[in-house]
Amino acid sequence: MSRIHHSTQPEGRAKLLHGFQAPFPRFLLQPILRRIVRKIAAQNPDMFNRLGPYRQANFVIDPTNLPFALLLRPDPDDLLLVACNRRNLPDHQACISGKFLNLLQLVDCDLDGDALFFSRDLEITGNTEAVVCLRNALDDVDGSIAESVADMFGPAGRGVLGVMRRAGQKNEQ
Amino acid sequence: MKLTLGPIPFHWSNETKLDFYARIADESSVDTVYLGEVICSKRAPFFEPRLEEVAERLEHAGKTVVFSSLTEVMLKRERQATEGLFDIEGREIEINNSSGLFNIDGRAHRIGPMMNVYNEATMAYLARGGATHFALPVELPGTSVSLLADVAKDIGAGVEIQVFGRASVAVSARCYHARAHGRIKDNCQFICEDDPDGMALKTLDNQDFLTINGIQTMSHSYVNLLGELGEMDAMGVTHCRLSPHSQDMVAVSKVFRDVMDGKSEPGKGQECLNALDIPAPFSNGFWHGKSGHLFVTPDAQSAA
Amino acid sequence: MNNTTNTAELICPAGTPAALRTAVDAGADAVYCGFQNATNARNFPGLNFTPQEMEKSVAYAHEKGAKVLLAVNTFPPAGKFDLWKQAVTAGAKMGVDAFIVADVGVADYVARTHPDKRLHLSVQAAASSPEAIRYYAREFGVKRVVLPRILTIPEIRDISGQIPCEIETFIFGNHGLMVEGRCSLTNYITGLSTNMDGVCSPAADVEYIRDDAGNMTTRLGDYTIDCYSCDETAGYPTICKGRYRAPHRDDGYYAFEEPISLNLSRMLPDLMGAGVNAFKIEGRQRSRAYVRRVVSAFRKAVDDIRAGGEPEFADLHALTEGQKQTEGAFKSKTWR
Repeated sequence: MSRIHHSTQPEGRAKLLHGFQAPFPRFLLQPILRRIVRKIAAQNPDMFNRLGPYRQANFVIDPTNLPFALLLRPDPDDLLLVACNRRNLPDHQACISGKFLNLLQLVDCDLDGDALFFSRDLEITGNTEAVVCLRNALDDVDGSIAESVADMFGPAGRGVLGVMRRAGQKNEQ
Repeated sequence: MKLTLGPIPFHWSNETKLDFYARIADESSVDTVYLGEVICSKRAPFFEPRLEEVAERLEHAGKTVVFSSLTEVMLKRERQATEGLFDIEGREIEINNSSGLFNIDGRAHRIGPMMNVYNEATMAYLARGGATHFALPVELPGTSVSLLADVAKDIGAGVEIQVFGRASVAVSARCYHARAHGRIKDNCQFICEDDPDGMALKTLDNQDFLTINGIQTMSHSYVNLLGELGEMDAMGVTHCRLSPHSQDMVAVSKVFRDVMDGKSEPGKGQECLNALDIPAPFSNGFWHGKSGHLFVTPDAQSAA
Repeated sequence: MNNTTNTAELICPAGTPAALRTAVDAGADAVYCGFQNATNARNFPGLNFTPQEMEKSVAYAHEKGAKVLLAVNTFPPAGKFDLWKQAVTAGAKMGVDAFIVADVGVADYVARTHPDKRLHLSVQAAASSPEAIRYYAREFGVKRVVLPRILTIPEIRDISGQIPCEIETFIFGNHGLMVEGRCSLTNYITGLSTNMDGVCSPAADVEYIRDDAGNMTTRLGDYTIDCYSCDETAGYPTICKGRYRAPHRDDGYYAFEEPISLNLSRMLPDLMGAGVNAFKIEGRQRSRAYVRRVVSAFRKAVDDIRAGGEPEFADLHALTEGQKQTEGAFKSKTWR
């Protein structure tokens, strides 16, 4: 799956993005997020198989200590990852919320999702099955998603990741 | 089809059990009675000395008597109790734990509902080892029962389904009756005797949920397959099992007998059951391949 | 098999090919896994292996000297046996090292069609006495039994002296309370069966509801399983780990077991002394992070013991359910 289609629903997407008026300049973030999600998808085409019927599901990923939430639709034919306003969330099937560093370490396979759930550092609402599928799909991605994202942004990206990981480890202690 | 009475799953006093079986012998229309403690080996010594006399009493009344083995076999006393069953001359036995299969040596025996006979291959294999009768798991849907009944017919074995009473939905090494009272199994002081139909477990929002019976967890609802008896007969189920409760089991047996014999319609039988003050709703979901706690009404069945 | 040994294989879980590679790289002697269907007891959405993934994964494990044990450990309902046959046939073709089975019919099928393959008796068969184990060994040539988590170490030693096959025990992970293979709780509430469908508390029927105060209610189907206040740790959304009310316990209590994980790290030498041949880590549904951390920790501990030294134990507390751990029935009969 080397070819990632551009949005087939420009209207729907415009509607999703419409009305985001938080002080954080999300528009600066959107192209970066788009690059990230496409890169990961291109590198790991098999991961979509594990999503089963939930490729078209909308997931809200809510890093509770960041000024914005993320909306993810892991549809290989119409990938979507955008920042959105947590006070005005778009329609979604499931929501995963936790501190940003925990979420990062989760994606990075440094932390176990069940453990975060047990300690109440991760909350799940909505369609639990969709979340389980997403979790299993991400967990089958070899290596570190965070690292490949950091690599996209060169030494600066890797530097930022290093700082964040150290902060995360400190947080854990 | 024949009507059977399963072993008493609860811890009733000897007096209660003797009265119960006296009435079953004299007044009930069941064909077969399963005797013995199947849940907790600690309870077994109380009634063991009376088993033979009860068996004889029931046989005098024309009932077939089968001795049932323990569901859980781990301790020395449980292993000995299981082996000891084979030493009783002239009695049929129902095996509820694979420990019982080791020394069976090809002798005829029955397979109990805790033995996980889910498919044709398992049934055929156990039949080659001497099994002549299979009480199938309570969660097995009717579609699978139908296929197993075909196999049983071919090999000349009986097929039995629980048609009345709380379903066994789990067993454990831990005693949950003792736990509820802050005790452990070794120090239980037989607190389970206080609950003749098990201890009610409700959800935090007070919804009726499950029933605790020592190491066993049962459904809150009572399985009731009165409306499915005709279907069972047609598919070749040979025996229908009533599981004992403290309600009037003679009356329950009459209701089922009359519907089985065509003397009464299921709807009429249901009205009689409703009049018995059973303290829980009925369920037949397992049979219909749905959540076990559900009751699928005849209307919904025909609509589906 | 009466042998006192200071060696024991480390048997590790893999829910995905990536987890399998992680387990192998972290030092697993063997990995257990299953196909993406009802033929195994962790039939969860998005989990497990396609035939192609299984084939590649077996090759990867074998290349690194690790074994692959295929879990075919559910109970096929009448009319669906072919799916289990297909799993066995595919596994044999791919060269898995053993089949883990629970159903008599499936055991018989493997013994007849693949007599050269090792058969392991799954914990789902609930064989907890020497007679039960000897039955399966005699009838089907079972080479190893996975013991239920209900026996003390002296009881395990006693059994090991009376059976003709190896013993595998759980040492870490989910602390199952109900006798495996005899639990229909999930089916009673959701209509899906642990024995026939390989699911326990299917995610599709689980719902978490958070209120404004931060309390979280866990629902399974039409029933409330538990409610955690904002400062309480959580457990799996399974019926046996929930809180309920009883006539004498109107407060709401853990009627079966609290959220807690098994951790036998300090008992490994005693288990080896009791004749245990293989240590099993639970958690096919867990992440690679869990697999890496737990497998590495136990690899090191087992190697330390083998070398005759004092094992050093990593802290696995953070990975345990409810952030609590227990030695359960292995330590004391009071657990029952």
